[in-house]
Amino acid sequence: MRNEFAATITALGAEDPRVVLLSGDIGNKLFDTFKEVADTRFFNCGVAEANMMGVAAGMALSGLRPVVYTITPFTTTRCLEQIRVDACYHEAPVVIVGTGSGLSYAELGPTHHSLEDMAILRSLPGMTVLAPCDATEVRLGLRAAIAHEGPVYMRIGKKGEPAIHTSPPDFRIGRSITVRSGTDVCLLNAGTMMPVTLAAADLLATKGLSVRVESFHTIKPLDTDLLVEAFAKYKIVGTVEEHSLIGGLYGAVAEWRSAHAGKGAELVGSGTGDAFMHEVGSQDYARARYGLTADEIAGRILARLGAA
Amino acid sequence: MTRPSTRDLEALARRTRLRIIDNSHRTHTPHLASCLSCVDILVAVYFATLHIDPRRPTDPDRDRFILSKGHGAPALFQILAARGFYPEADLESYGKDGGVFAEHPPTPGHLPGIEAATGSLGHGLPIGLGMALAGRIAGRHYNVVALLSDGECNEGSVWEAAMLAAAQKVERLAVVVDFNKWQATGRSQEVMALDPLADKWRAFGWSAVEVDGHDIGRLVELLSKVPNGSGRPVAIIAHTVKGKGVSFMEDDNNWHYRTPTADEVKKAAQELDLA
Ligand SMILES: Cc1ncc(C[n+]2csc(CCOP(=O)(O)OP(=O)(O)O)c2C)c(N)n1
Repeated sequence: MRNEFAATITALGAEDPRVVLLSGDIGNKLFDTFKEVADTRFFNCGVAEANMMGVAAGMALSGLRPVVYTITPFTTTRCLEQIRVDACYHEAPVVIVGTGSGLSYAELGPTHHSLEDMAILRSLPGMTVLAPCDATEVRLGLRAAIAHEGPVYMRIGKKGEPAIHTSPPDFRIGRSITVRSGTDVCLLNAGTMMPVTLAAADLLATKGLSVRVESFHTIKPLDTDLLVEAFAKYKIVGTVEEHSLIGGLYGAVAEWRSAHAGKGAELVGSGTGDAFMHEVGSQDYARARYGLTADEIAGRILARLGAA
Repeated sequence: MTRPSTRDLEALARRTRLRIIDNSHRTHTPHLASCLSCVDILVAVYFATLHIDPRRPTDPDRDRFILSKGHGAPALFQILAARGFYPEADLESYGKDGGVFAEHPPTPGHLPGIEAATGSLGHGLPIGLGMALAGRIAGRHYNVVALLSDGECNEGSVWEAAMLAAAQKVERLAVVVDFNKWQATGRSQEVMALDPLADKWRAFGWSAVEVDGHDIGRLVELLSKVPNGSGRPVAIIAHTVKGKGVSFMEDDNNWHYRTPTADEVKKAAQELDLA
């Protein structure tokens, strides 16, 4: 995803003279080609994220399309006040990109985990929140974000995530993409968990269930047309995200559902619990610690079906 | 503990360097050059300055050290083991799933000798200042030392703490800046115009001195004089070489990311006279 971000921002930098890239002393060599095509529009802002975000807002208020890039906690919670006041309050079209989101940097410990970012940024008025599931969605999501009139936050993974889309889907902000169709269970996936979500769908298929899988890449605004359909048609709607169950995709869908009572399907969330992880390990280890394996996701759905 | 001779400390620093290099090779842990940069500072702090007792890591009167440049943890983990906070054998779990030893220090409750979990730059000095003020309120006479990197001095929070510490005349607080002239993606002077760094600390009300950050004897001398009688917090601007100790790593920022091959570990051992 990281390399696709670099390739797309380079293409955008060449196409659109409004595009400016700001990085917080990360992405060593990643942006060398961007610097070649748009040398006056790259800024290494150093390890000073609050300043970087304010600078980006000033550029956006001056007609530019700044893209702010660093490790997820540092481009979100580290500079939250600047995002809230300088970008959102001013309706400034700043594109905020968090790399290594969720548990991508599991081995770096909780300072580098981001399991609250979607919840926090989603609560800001005017903010759009995107969680693409593969490199293709990163490319299309970044293009959509630049075209959008307002602040956008996009959380991406690291590198080497498997490709999900074999051909470019129709990507629109606020419109979920169907990855697989099915009739019993509908799984809504936000971001980097997609390979695990598909594996959970496979497991459920072995139990005779027909599972639809959606790349629910926009956490705000929600694709409410899809939610209306899913809660009417399916027995279970499941959400999957590398993020806390508090306030992320699950939280957003639960909020929507409570305002639309009597809409059928049960809601089953798979996300991280309300705790920092004090042990270190690989991303797979960390996901397992939080119950984010295909087995556990499928098990949660089956248990609810049994209970229903 | 009787203070070891400077020569002993230098030998210890060389052994520690090799352990860090070997560990980086075995566990693919990055930030090797960042660690080698600050080994001499850590040795001076832990073996000749801090009033600490590894058997009583939570003694309320102990001196506190915070590795504010948290990505230097692979160096700190070796130093804490050598100083006796836990057995060196514990480091065999390095990088294994479910362990505590990885890229940044865990929270204090998860490893003896750690005072604060760092890894997000710009946090250690404010926390250290809080600890120093708490000591003053409690009438205790412990020192707090925070090790910062030069890139970390980009963060506004560092300078916010610097101003409050000066206003509060917190003289039992010392900062050591590991000034290796590199940050993650460029020269620190080019990214953020850091020079003149010592003058900046002075202008912020600190008693600032510049020193060769690989001269353990001199570091010990300065660190032993905190408070230094000026009524101000102390900033030690330690001029260092990123990757210090191994010729092919020195001042080469690729080693912020790279981990060494078995062959490179061997070469490093020869250069450190430990082959
Ligand atoms: C708040 C924050 N932003 C960004 C990072 C990512 N990061 C890790 S190390 C580093 C800079 C390394 O340079 P420096 O701080 O000078 O330390 P050195 O390795 O040279 O000793 C950066 C930007 C971080 N850890 N924390």
